[in-house]
Order: sequence, then structure tokens, then C-alpha cells
Amino acid sequence: MSEKEKKQSKNISRRSFIKGVGTGTVAATVAPAILVGNEKTAEAQTDGAVDSAKIQLNINEQVYEVDVEARTTLLSVLRDGIDTAGDNVDLTGAKLICDRGECGGCTVLVDGKPVYACMMLAMDAQGQQITTVEGIADGNNLHPVQEAFIKHDALMCGFCTPGFIVSSVALLNENNKPTIAEIKEGLSGNTCRCGTYPFIFDAVETASQKM
Amino acid sequence: MDKFSYINATSLKQVTSLLSDSGWGEVMLLAGGTDLLSELKEYIETPKTLINLKTLPGMDGISENANGIKIGALTTVADIAMHPSIQQHYTVLAQAAASVATPQIRNVGTIGGNLCQRPRCWYYRDETVNCIKKGGDLCYAVDGLSKYHAIFDGDPVYIVHPSDIAPALIALDASIKITGPEGDKTIKVEEFFTLPSDNPFRENVLQPNEIVVEIQIPKPKLNTKSYYLKAREKGAPDFALVSVAGVFEMAGRTCQIANIILGGVAPKPRRSTEAEAALTGKMLNKDVCTMAGAEAVQKAQPMNDNAYKVTLTQNLISRTAMMAVS
Repeated sequence: MSEKEKKQSKNISRRSFIKGVGTGTVAATVAPAILVGNEKTAEAQTDGAVDSAKIQLNINEQVYEVDVEARTTLLSVLRDGIDTAGDNVDLTGAKLICDRGECGGCTVLVDGKPVYACMMLAMDAQGQQITTVEGIADGNNLHPVQEAFIKHDALMCGFCTPGFIVSSVALLNENNKPTIAEIKEGLSGNTCRCGTYPFIFDAVETASQKM
Repeated sequence: MDKFSYINATSLKQVTSLLSDSGWGEVMLLAGGTDLLSELKEYIETPKTLINLKTLPGMDGISENANGIKIGALTTVADIAMHPSIQQHYTVLAQAAASVATPQIRNVGTIGGNLCQRPRCWYYRDETVNCIKKGGDLCYAVDGLSKYHAIFDGDPVYIVHPSDIAPALIALDASIKITGPEGDKTIKVEEFFTLPSDNPFRENVLQPNEIVVEIQIPKPKLNTKSYYLKAREKGAPDFALVSVAGVFEMAGRTCQIANIILGGVAPKPRRSTEAEAALTGKMLNKDVCTMAGAEAVQKAQPMNDNAYKVTLTQNLISRTAMMAVS
């Protein structure tokens, strides 16, 4: 690497980095299936078992047809999937953070219940209604939970916020007048490393008064 | 995750015949997947095929009659925790289920999967560590970091069984129905779990071609009180450091029968016969309950980093017993 190149590589801005990653994603996803991990091929084939399949997922009341490998998670489809028409699914509200079902950043609703999209195979999500944070608002009208998060400034860096919004909506759909203990329990599967919990709990309380 | 192929289950017969064709780890069963996917992501397991059990008919749901309750293996942990009759009559089970992980995991994790989940030991879960459970020669917790490991029955593998539901089921005298190529069998949940000295590679009696299909629990007598107490490192959801499932048949303040099952302290849920003996037939008060806790840990053998579990076990047992008279 020349001195000049070294200097340039040090000066990569956040924006150009993100743009670069974006281009990489498009190039990588020209392949029909979403590839994750290494490429060891399953050797034994059991009758009727499939390595990949064309599946339909109902996400935010819209049907997406995607080619997936058996090992593709729902979260991979949401964030990096390309439908069979060649369009990006591009629902990046659910965040890929721990990828082990511990942090809650990828929380989505499956048939109304909060689940971790990183710990569910896309194949398993067929035939169910999936709602991501993008499907929470009613068009341009924010959901009361979203309004309350803004009102209470219930975020700092905001990376965990989509997961918290989805979990909060699920909680209030089940129990629209939760106690503070019930709010804490309902949101216990989400982590905020900035520590904005008191504001999040206040926001859910405020939202509960409007639901 | 490595690549694998995926097949929907159509019948138990098909599942057991698919399993019979392979040993451990070639063909694996997928229910909620919350434990299995983390093993796949860490390359602890690299199956060639996953069988999706969720397409099996009639395997989820809770049915009840005067004699007891039956829970299909695919019933989610959330459905068990929220079930009104389980909350009322099988309280220890509802409390244990509610203490499992987070709402997101309880919504997809199943009772069958909870009982068959693999240990959380950080050496076992590390792809690069070839411990005894993975065919190696050493249990690395012995000379390594043993904060979350066993204080009872460890030798030669010092894992603890991670299930919250298992101690509750054993305390309720539950049975587990297993299907294999030769048909069904039903055994006590207590006999389902095994120690590393029997088989260091597995935590239960399941054979590679068998599958858990149902849990059956006899109805507790009307004078029964039951509790699940779980100590975690912090207020947030976590696996148990120590847990106690206590089921007491009471006559006033006298304990006629006590079932005390410990979680988080041994490679399988551990019945504390010592605590049970110290409580049975006694009028429960602070002294008796404290003594029961002390008796329970007489045989504890803490490792380098987990002596705190001895005190924790002792105190949790006495607190659980005191709840029966408070």
C-alpha cells in the first residue's frame, strides 16, 4: 500500500464506509440464496429435505417471495434479503447485534408475539404474520409508543430503540395498563447499553395512557 | 452456521425413522430453536439435516382432567407460564416457566426443548475447546474458571443442567413420554436425566432415534404448596446460579411430604434427600428450615470459584421451606 493509499484508508468517513458496505452487499446478494458462514455443503441428503427453497413471507402485510438456504435466519432476510423480483427486502429496522438471542435488537412480532429474528430460521417464519418496526406506525401517523419515545427522549444512541419499540408495542397489546414491574418484565428481553431504561419505562407508561 | 438441509416432520414415525438412520448429531430435531441455533452458530453441532418438528400435528397444547395435566412437547414456555390452571395448581411449574430467559425466548422455546437443552458451560460452548463432552480428555472447569459450575456430582464433567422447568417437574413427580422406533415409553422425569459418570456426552437417557413427545403431571393434593426460587447474578433474565423447586404437602404448619429439587448445582437436577428428610414430619419454623438448608449442603464439593453456591443453596432452601408457612 502506498503512503497515499494508507492516508486515504485512514480518512474513510462513516458515510463512505457505509456506502462501501452497501455496494458490497449488493454484489454479494447477486447470488440467488443468502450465504451465511462458511460453505461446507451438506453431504447426506434425507428424502424430502431441502438445502434451500423459494418461500413466501408475510411481512408488514406484504408478501415477499425469497430464495433462502435452510440456515438463513429471518433477520438475514429482513436486512439483507433480495426478493425473487430482484428488489431488496431492506427492512433494516431490526438490528443485527449479538446474533445469539440475548440483546433484543432484532425483536419483531410473529403472529403478534415478540421474538428474536436472529434465532428464527426464515423457513420457520412461513405462514405467519411478521411485523417489524417499519410496520408499527399507521402510514405517517406514529404509534403512541413511538410518539412517547420521542417525547421522553427514551434513547441515546438509538441502536436498540427499534427492538424496544416492538417489545413495548407487544407488551401494551397484551396488557394496556401495565404496572412498572410488568413493564420491566415485558422489556426484560431487550438491552440498552446507554442505560436509558428510566426514560424507556416512562415512555411506555405514557403510551399506555393513550391505548 | 454450516449448511444443513431442512425437512418438515409429518409424523412421529417418519421422525424416528429419519433419526434411526444416523448417530448423534447427523440429523437433529428443531423445535423452538433458541438453544439449537446458538449451538449451530458456534459450530458446537454441525448437523447435516434438521427436522422441523413444529409441523407435527397435536404435539402442542395443554390438556387437563381430574387426575392431572398433559403438556405436549411443543408447547411453548410462555403458554405454560401463562396457563391459569398451571398457575393455580402447579404453581412451581408456572413460576419456573416464567423465570426462563426472556419474553422473546419463552414465546418460541418449547418445554421439550427446555428439557433437552445442552449445558451452558463456557468451555463446552467454545468451538475451540475440545472438552470431555466433545470427546476430549479434560473438563477445563476443574483447573479453569468454575464460577458457574457444579458443586455436586460433577466428576468427571462439572457442567450444571440449565433447565428451570426440569426441577419443577421432578418436584411435581412428573413423567415424560418418549417415542422411538419400538414405540412409546413413559418414565419419571427424574429418571430422564443422567450424570456424567453414566455418560459424559449426554445429559439424559434419550437415544439418537428417540424423541420427547409429552409431559404428564399428576394433580397435586389440595394441601400442596409449591414454589420456585431462582437466584440470578443480576435482576435481568439469566440462567440460574442456584434454583430450588419446593413442593410441600402441609397439614397446618406441619410438613407431611417435602420434595426439594435443586437446579444450577449439579449436572442434572438434584433431589436434596437431606433437606427433604430434615423437613418431613416437622412443624416448619425458622430453625427447622435453616437446618434443612444446612443439611442439604453437607456433601457439597465446591470448585475454585463457586463456593458461593454452597451458601446460596443453603439459604434458598430455607427460604423456600419458610414460604410454605408464611
